[in-house]
Amino acid sequence: MARSLLEPGTVLDGFTVGKQVHKGGMAIFYAVTHPDHATPLLMKVPILHDGEDPAAIVGFEMEQMVLPRLSGPHVPKLIALGNFATQPYIVYERIPGQTLYGRIEALPLPASEVAALGVKIATALHAVHIQHVVHLDIKPSNIIIHDPGGHAVLIDYGLSRHDQLPDLMAEEFRLPYGTAPYMAPEQVYGIRSDPRSDLFALGVLMYFFATGRRPFGDPQSLSGLKKRVWQDPVPPRKLKPDLPPWLQEIILRCLAPDPDLRHPTAAQLAFDLGHPDQVQLTPRANKLKGDPWTAVIKRRFHPDAYRPVLAREKQLAAQISSAPIVAVAVDLAGQPELHDELRRTVERVMATVPGARLACLNVMRLNMLALDQTVDAAGNSIHVQRLVQLKDWARSIGLAPDRISFHVLESVDPAAALLEYAMVNHVDHIVLGARTDSLMRNILGSVSSEIVQKAPCTVTVVRMARHRTAEAAKPEVAAVGAATAGA
Amino acid sequence: MKIALLADIHANLEALEACLASAQAKGFDRIVFLGDIVGYGADPGACVDIVRAECAKGGKAVVGNHDQAIKRTKFQLNDAAATAAQWTASVLNAEQTAFLGSLPISITEDDRLYVHASARASATFPYVRGLGEAAESLVATTARLTVCGHVHQPALYNMSGTGKVMGFIPAVESGIPMSSMRRWLAVMGAVGQPRDGNPAAAYGLLDLEMNEISFIRVPYDVETAAAKIRRAGLPDILWKRLSVGR
Repeated sequence: MARSLLEPGTVLDGFTVGKQVHKGGMAIFYAVTHPDHATPLLMKVPILHDGEDPAAIVGFEMEQMVLPRLSGPHVPKLIALGNFATQPYIVYERIPGQTLYGRIEALPLPASEVAALGVKIATALHAVHIQHVVHLDIKPSNIIIHDPGGHAVLIDYGLSRHDQLPDLMAEEFRLPYGTAPYMAPEQVYGIRSDPRSDLFALGVLMYFFATGRRPFGDPQSLSGLKKRVWQDPVPPRKLKPDLPPWLQEIILRCLAPDPDLRHPTAAQLAFDLGHPDQVQLTPRANKLKGDPWTAVIKRRFHPDAYRPVLAREKQLAAQISSAPIVAVAVDLAGQPELHDELRRTVERVMATVPGARLACLNVMRLNMLALDQTVDAAGNSIHVQRLVQLKDWARSIGLAPDRISFHVLESVDPAAALLEYAMVNHVDHIVLGARTDSLMRNILGSVSSEIVQKAPCTVTVVRMARHRTAEAAKPEVAAVGAATAGA
Repeated sequence: MKIALLADIHANLEALEACLASAQAKGFDRIVFLGDIVGYGADPGACVDIVRAECAKGGKAVVGNHDQAIKRTKFQLNDAAATAAQWTASVLNAEQTAFLGSLPISITEDDRLYVHASARASATFPYVRGLGEAAESLVATTARLTVCGHVHQPALYNMSGTGKVMGFIPAVESGIPMSSMRRWLAVMGAVGQPRDGNPAAAYGLLDLEMNEISFIRVPYDVETAAAKIRRAGLPDILWKRLSVGR
């Protein structure tokens, strides 16, 4: 018979139960050991009430379905599942580190620390989203910062949704399930398929960590939960005047009631948090007051106002693929014809996917031995000059400022710098020109071939046609790698 | 133990062979056929022979309404289906007809029920086309897993301990775990006449160890199958629908 209270020393399928580590509302966690596993293990056992809240059981079933399909550093490593018929449990590797719940007493945190945590959590969310899972219960107690790894690990998939598996939660409960302060408005209305719901929850977390206050409080009723659709939060800068405008811009964008107005993907949110100087500021960045009461009242008394938003329900996979990050590497010293061809290729890519975002990159090669020159003969910063040239190269593409950013990387090894950039920033597609000067290529090796070989994403190498015909030269798609591998 | 699940072959030899080749590549231990081996398509004899050979190797088969219809003179079927049934009866040999006549309405194996249509009244072949009809079938049996066909559109239903029924349309091939806390009803897509808008042949694989079910789609030579139906002089709708999967 299934139990939730296990005596220390009990042996279950080879796992020896140790002490109780944590007791939550729906499950109890025990430290366990197993002769085949040297690492510390944790066993989660659901609390089974007779005929009471079935959420504990359904959540446990969901977690048993979802966890075996997740892998990587941002999720707990699954060791074993217990059968419901005898004793349901989940055993995973115990993650070294603390949950963010422990940080709540120290709030508010400095803005830089909030942004750094935000990058880690958004990175973890992206890793989970590209594996077809929306977490739907992002909150401090479900995020562990790995020690010593420093990365975020997301735990508790009891409310999660896998977009290729039946959603056991969806039809079982009339009321939305989630954690009241963090739940996205569309989630309140029962939508469980949109990855941007996790970005809303992360926005709540960043707001809370930066100000010490929750943006929507902790409502206990359904009508209280729905208030976040029409009542905008107090701008965080009002509570914390030293919060930089760019961080307020990002947090308030996360908290937009309409998911379409948030960042399209967790990768793009991580990108913004990691590049404060590239964040496109809007009037909300400097807002110190909430919306005027007339606007709030107008939203409040139009009960249908949110309906069109719900009607646009987005499916996870479609949402992720509709907003890729494209990086173009521009060799500013290269041939003008190749510059034009590179620009045309990028224009085509960006035109096909309106949610795509373009990062324009240039690598400033540093000398391994000599002292680096960072100013030219006239004393101008070379870095700044490169940025100006990059912006000039991209000007005619005509992208809105929030869809484009510019970066000059400094490295002794251009290929390695571009690859690292692609990895860190979850780039989905790299576009670059092939070096045509054969002497240079012989000496330096081909940057493009190294990138084609090692990139964690699709790569397009643009090359001038050797014999120009009347027709414009066609870009050559050199290699299409697995878009997600290692990203 | 892996069991291949093939429903609604409907005398489509090209689709059947494509599914068998796919199942062989993925690996399986035996096959369960979920009825309607014949009817609509142009190769009833060859399809029955393949099913018989698999049954001789430990496979199982239940009867479908089209398999029964070849013995009837009065039809409950629509015109095209009735025409096809009469034509089918005329081309099958005595052994093939006898084999179809010997098939049971349902088979129970451990905690699984194999049946062509809803378990509610399996002998009259009611459809399972939504949550309501799925609930009717789920309450009519104590089996933990019911596998059926008949609808020609794949779906996976389950009933929780609290009696809630939910449905799911499988879209990708990866295995779907079936929690032992629920009872499940798998409606397999059709091998030989898909009607969910995807013309690819459909079949399933049940992994008893993993307790997972996969819904698999296999593109096959639709043109050849359609041309044969046309040449046999069967109603046009029967070959036209194959290329659109409707």
